[in-house]
Amino acid sequence: MRLRRSMMFIPGANAGMLSNSYIYKPDSVMFDLEDSVSLTEKDSARFLVFNTLKENLYGDIETVVRINGVETPFWEDDLDMAVRAGVQIVRLPKTETVEEVKELEQRIAKIEKDCGRTIGDTKIMAAIESACGVVNSVAIAKSTPRMVAIALAGFDYLVDMQTSRSSGSEPELFYARAAVLHAARAAKIDAFDVAYGNVNDEEGFLREVEIAKNLGYNGKSLIHPRQIELLHKAYAPAQKDVDHARKVVAAAEDAEKKGLGVISLDGKMIDPPVVHEAQRVLLLAEHS
Amino acid sequence: MAYNKKAAEDYAAKNNIPAFKGVFANSPQLEDITTKQKRKLKPSLEDVIKSSGLKNGGTISFHHAFREGDKVVLQVVKKLAEMGFKDLTIAPSSLLNCHDGLLEFIKSGVIAKIFTSGLRGELGEAISKGIMNTPVQIHSHGGRVHLIQTGEISIDVAFLGVASSDEFGNANGSHGELSCGSLGYAKVDAAYARYVAVLTQDIVEFPNYPASLSQDQVDAVVQVDEVGDPSLISVGAARLTKNPRDLLLARIAASVIENSGYFKAGFSLQTGSGGAATATTIFLGEKMIEKNIKASFALGGVTGSIVDLLKKGMIEAIADVQSFDVDAAQSLRDNPAHTEISANEYANPSSKGAYVDRIDTVLLSALEVDTDFNVNVLTGSDGVLRGASGGHCDVAAAANLTVIVTPLLRARMPCIVDCVNTVVTPGKTVDVVVTDHGIAVNPNNVDLKKRLVDARLPVTTIEELQKKAILLAGKPDPIQYTDKVVAVVRYRDGSVMDIVRQVAS
Repeated sequence: MRLRRSMMFIPGANAGMLSNSYIYKPDSVMFDLEDSVSLTEKDSARFLVFNTLKENLYGDIETVVRINGVETPFWEDDLDMAVRAGVQIVRLPKTETVEEVKELEQRIAKIEKDCGRTIGDTKIMAAIESACGVVNSVAIAKSTPRMVAIALAGFDYLVDMQTSRSSGSEPELFYARAAVLHAARAAKIDAFDVAYGNVNDEEGFLREVEIAKNLGYNGKSLIHPRQIELLHKAYAPAQKDVDHARKVVAAAEDAEKKGLGVISLDGKMIDPPVVHEAQRVLLLAEHS
Repeated sequence: MAYNKKAAEDYAAKNNIPAFKGVFANSPQLEDITTKQKRKLKPSLEDVIKSSGLKNGGTISFHHAFREGDKVVLQVVKKLAEMGFKDLTIAPSSLLNCHDGLLEFIKSGVIAKIFTSGLRGELGEAISKGIMNTPVQIHSHGGRVHLIQTGEISIDVAFLGVASSDEFGNANGSHGELSCGSLGYAKVDAAYARYVAVLTQDIVEFPNYPASLSQDQVDAVVQVDEVGDPSLISVGAARLTKNPRDLLLARIAASVIENSGYFKAGFSLQTGSGGAATATTIFLGEKMIEKNIKASFALGGVTGSIVDLLKKGMIEAIADVQSFDVDAAQSLRDNPAHTEISANEYANPSSKGAYVDRIDTVLLSALEVDTDFNVNVLTGSDGVLRGASGGHCDVAAAANLTVIVTPLLRARMPCIVDCVNTVVTPGKTVDVVVTDHGIAVNPNNVDLKKRLVDARLPVTTIEELQKKAILLAGKPDPIQYTDKVVAVVRYRDGSVMDIVRQVAS
């Protein structure tokens, strides 16, 4: 089980941030070759991200590379670099159809074969950034075993929907949030909520974290290191939940040791999903 | 009994004691009520200088409680230049960026020698390039008092800016519109200078209490248009920094103190100023409240974040040699548990009792730390003077736990290095270095290392940190120096710790 609460964006052309951002310990880091990199810096960003990945600076932090979209002349070089450098996940922006994912998957498999990586080693994350993407999100989420997560990206989506961000309960994102999360859960993969752009508005950020957390999102895309700790704190389980989870896990271990098929705690039967949830709570507690 | 006037005169003459010549013979100022009460009040700075008896080659001193807002140093030196003085030694407690204007008076020969805790800006750069014939003597805050007491710094005239003074010289930094808080450094000058002049914008009714500088120390009082700019005094605020790296450093530093073995009821602390230090104070305060651990006193260099803890009852008392912001200055004025102390009481190693000797934990910053834990807070990565010794080596030497906080890299320059450019604080007095890439504990402190490892803090070695810095930034080219010595770093006991050479142009 892996926690995916925080996925921090790092512009691929920013050497200072690439060489240092692991100190903030996000669960995942996303080296961006797309929107944060100007056209004139696409090559240098690719080079910097390659070297960052090869130095293995990020240790246990999950590495993601956001390549340029399949409609651009950059994506194949981006992909070649990322897979050869050993990235764990490739994030495809503006994903709208299963066909795009299939094309990406085939290309990844070829590079893996060429460079000697185990076929299937490189995972995929689809970013949903349009009405079409939201509508197709179930199919996209289930399109390949490489798909480990999908992420809703709010900015382009809201432009597509002819609306803009509001404060408070954010009704403009309600359908997309629910739809993308359902797609992820139906495919048994993880889901990231949108990034929150105003880095100085901690209150607004935490309000949005609460919405995403209550809906059931694994975490959020983040654009500033300061948001990491705020997010991790918000996802930290309450002590009473941790205490209960410990009991559940202990009961499960006890049952396994005794070779019992049924787990019980305080006279009540416990289903395997409850044990799984208890393990997740303990993992969250350990990393909070 | 008869008045034996003749016999008394004979006795005096025989024993070489002055005979009585009249009640005002030796205090003529008392003959007239105006001269009696207003004799110290001078009409202008020029009159102060004239009556001080200052001569070419003499030594003048200042304090730096107004920090970047100081208007006294340049005002006085400019006046001395106009009056034709040459070859003066200036001995301010420190110099900041606002003192760049001294450069022209070094060039013109008005200033020949400098004692200071710090040098920065254009002045630091020019001195690093060799503009002075005599090396600048860099001392610590405690070491300055030691040099004054041993006579190496022999102050002829102290020009001391204050927030308010009465016409008799009872002066302080905490009352008046231009509040700078503690006059801890000036108190030493007032005690030791041959002639003490108080400069103020605000002459108030006698008696002006509290008298940080007392009437029995002060020779002259003068009202001037400007003593300082209060908006530039503050070097920090009680609010939490938004810099994520400072926040990260602060969280680790607070955890180090929490798990050091010294975090218990009645402990004492000094945390200094700056984003990471303020944040550490705030995070440590949260832990103090959570665990109900009250500190007996805080020392410094006081900021609003320390004052907050005093207000919340988590610190019993503050000993304040310098107030870093408005909150600290106001607290000194209003809160009886917040006390002004002199630099002698603060950190002088030859004092009969320095507060630093009672400190459990201190948090200090660094420009560079080397693999022997030596700390440089004076010269930059280009070898140029751009910092201050301050109380760094004083409190490091005396504290039970000295924590140095520094990022591993600043821009692309490693801060953990093989060998620091300049040693200000010897590694023997440093217990732990906190960086954003891990913690290094001085190998001398085995118990501390075990405690931090047990607390699952990211403990590594100083050598590993140094290697990491080189991995990320590459190895910088060595700085090119000439043989000329531009500054001498004096340890707190007056001994020569290191020298600073001229940077090659």
